[in-house]
Amino acid sequence: MPVSDSIIQVRDLTKTFGQGDASVRALRHINLDIKQGEIYGIIGLSGAGKSTLVRCLNLLERPTSGSVVVDGKEMTALSEKELRLARRSITMIFQSFNLLMQRTCLHNVCFPMVISGVKKDAAKKRAMELLDMVGLAEKANAYPAQLSGGQKQRVAIARALATDPKVLLCDEATSALDPTTTNSILSLLKDLNQTLGVTVVVITHQMSVIEEICSKVAILDNGQVVEEGLVTDIFAHPTTDAARRLVYPGGDIPELLVDSSKVIRVAFNGGTAYHPLIASLAIDCGVKVNILGADTRNIDGKAFGTMLLGLPEDENEAAKALSYIRAQHNITVEEVEYHV
Amino acid sequence: MSEIFTAEFWGQYGTLLLEGFRDTAIMVGISAVLAYLIGLPLGVLLILTGEHGIRPNRTVNRVLGWVVNIGRSLPFIILMIALKDFTRLLVGTYIGVTGAIVPLVISAAPFIARMVETSLSEVDAGVIEAAQSMGASTFQIVWKVYLPEAMPSLVLGGSISIITILAYTAIAGTIGAGGLGDLGVRYGFYRNVSSMMLVTVLLLIVIVQVIQTIFNRVSTGIDKRLR
Repeated sequence: MPVSDSIIQVRDLTKTFGQGDASVRALRHINLDIKQGEIYGIIGLSGAGKSTLVRCLNLLERPTSGSVVVDGKEMTALSEKELRLARRSITMIFQSFNLLMQRTCLHNVCFPMVISGVKKDAAKKRAMELLDMVGLAEKANAYPAQLSGGQKQRVAIARALATDPKVLLCDEATSALDPTTTNSILSLLKDLNQTLGVTVVVITHQMSVIEEICSKVAILDNGQVVEEGLVTDIFAHPTTDAARRLVYPGGDIPELLVDSSKVIRVAFNGGTAYHPLIASLAIDCGVKVNILGADTRNIDGKAFGTMLLGLPEDENEAAKALSYIRAQHNITVEEVEYHV
Repeated sequence: MSEIFTAEFWGQYGTLLLEGFRDTAIMVGISAVLAYLIGLPLGVLLILTGEHGIRPNRTVNRVLGWVVNIGRSLPFIILMIALKDFTRLLVGTYIGVTGAIVPLVISAAPFIARMVETSLSEVDAGVIEAAQSMGASTFQIVWKVYLPEAMPSLVLGGSISIITILAYTAIAGTIGAGGLGDLGVRYGFYRNVSSMMLVTVLLLIVIVQVIQTIFNRVSTGIDKRLR
């Protein structure tokens, strides 16, 4: 058997809650391969089974059937003690941070080390390094109640890194944060992924989060992975309804689109919000484009989000518009296919 | 009533009151410690084995729940009388301070178990899940997460438990347990010395106020969520 380079390998995973007629099939025949060092997104609307899926990866939920291999270990076959050990290398951060409220930040970060038997002094030293890494060294002796949401999540990230994990699971880690803070947490995760090589699994319902940091994505709908692949591919060619709902701004593609010769999806990745793209396109190139849908946000004066544009019928004009937009900084363009 | 301010009153009853106070303190103190030794683990077990606990076990949870409910449904005075042979077997007597401690513990332990269960249930389930995700054992979760996180609430529960035990000791006084309740019954009721009744009542009020104030301050003082 060839050695797999996947750090997480899920095969035919099924999770059913309850029994008989009252049973709910939360996850059905899930297959995933997450490679070492990747930032992998799992996206779906609420109720799609994302949280259950991520909890099946560290066995906080025991799968009803199927296999979960993390770092070469079949998680479902581990004894309770082995599982506790394995969890030190697959740590997790949460939407509601879940810090110990009666302990200082320093002691929160020490906690996973203390429970795994690291000496107090060594744990404190390492915890200070980690707090420094997330930019909160000066808050070491503060209690979580004294911190903002973003700061709490930074402490939670430091805590999750304390046992030098190979995988960091992020369960809606930015969903309780405002856009500015979300962005700073996402860039922290990106940095940590690059500097430490930790594999990051991001669970979210926000496409913008996936767009911001993930290289690959699985779309979860009604307990099944309906689409999986490179983020850029899925954005360009969403083939399922679930994917379209997530990819197109405003939820669904307008009827109007069917008549348009060419449709492009423009993603704003943090260019200045004060540069009016559509207006300057009209003035500089004399090309008028049709805004079919838009979901953009202004974060710290930078534009984030997506816009769906219908290009003119005339091929020359369309090509002109396309090359103009492509030449802009911090903007990516994909051509979109849509089949009725 | 004004005789409670006279030297004559205190000359006659001062020693009795002092001894009564001492006996009450001993009964409450020892009973509370013993009742917590039983009630605290019971409360922890109720939380752990509950439906959303980290060690769900319906049978254990139901049996424990039953035992606790039975203990709580008997009025203290009935329990005290019903237990008198058991008490004598255990400590040699069913009267006096020693005899009162056995039924006090048995009556307070289930009460404390429910108080502890309530306090622990206030700990955010997410925090428990986080500890599990870090590979904490059940013992570590109890010792390092549940108890420290619930401590302010446990302390407040402690004041309620202790004051309840204090009230029980007064009841125990009616069948010869000693303490302030005994003084109130013997002198205030049987001998109709109204000033004695007044003093014991005032003393009990002061004790309750002092206990409540101390525990409230400790609870607020240790709660780091309030900073």
